[in-house]
Amino acid sequence: MTLIADALLIAAAGFVIISIGVLYRAVKGPTMQDRVIAVNVVGSNTVVIAALIAAATDTPGALDIALVYALLNFLMSIAISKFTVERGGVL
Amino acid sequence: MVTLTEVVVLALLAGGLFFGFVAAVGLVRLPDLYTRAHSASKSDTLGAVLTLAAAAIALDTGADTLKLALLIVFMFITNPTAAHAIARAAADQGIEPWTAADDADGAGNGDEGAAGGGSNAEGDGAVADGGDRR
Repeated sequence: MTLIADALLIAAAGFVIISIGVLYRAVKGPTMQDRVIAVNVVGSNTVVIAALIAAATDTPGALDIALVYALLNFLMSIAISKFTVERGGVL
Repeated sequence: MVTLTEVVVLALLAGGLFFGFVAAVGLVRLPDLYTRAHSASKSDTLGAVLTLAAAAIALDTGADTLKLALLIVFMFITNPTAAHAIARAAADQGIEPWTAADDADGAGNGDEGAAGGGSNAEGDGAVADGGDRR
């Protein structure tokens, strides 16, 4: 069981490193939609990291956090794309 | 002794990490918003689903595995939908897709280093509202 827990934690660390790489596009992306896509990818990686930590350390409460984070991530993308089309900006 | 569960979990984790890495590389290296949305929607969804399946197998059966199955279904539906909505909003705002002619024009100001021999320079000139406005 400890082999599985170690592998899950190593995979979580790998997803953290991948998210840091994706942050390059969120900072530099020339248009706003590039940044939204990059933040969306970072958010889905965060959901995966929360689920991996929940499975590795046997804390099932983190799974609820992952579910709510996935919902909020999807809502962020849809809201920003809808606001940019209908109003030309978020505010 | 390595059991069957450990083998399956390790294989799913390796696949998930591979596709997550492919999504990140595509998101950083591809020249256009639409190609980046392509990378983010497909590769990232597959990587997330494989890794969540590994976590679902690693957990014992019960309510936690049910929550992870719900999370897998939800990611499988909403992640490509979000990328599609963002790409469609970009198309409504008049952002032009990248073409091979933009590559010839924008090869001079590539900022990614010369690893690709100049043929993979960033096509920032393809964006309708100018280049780098950070």
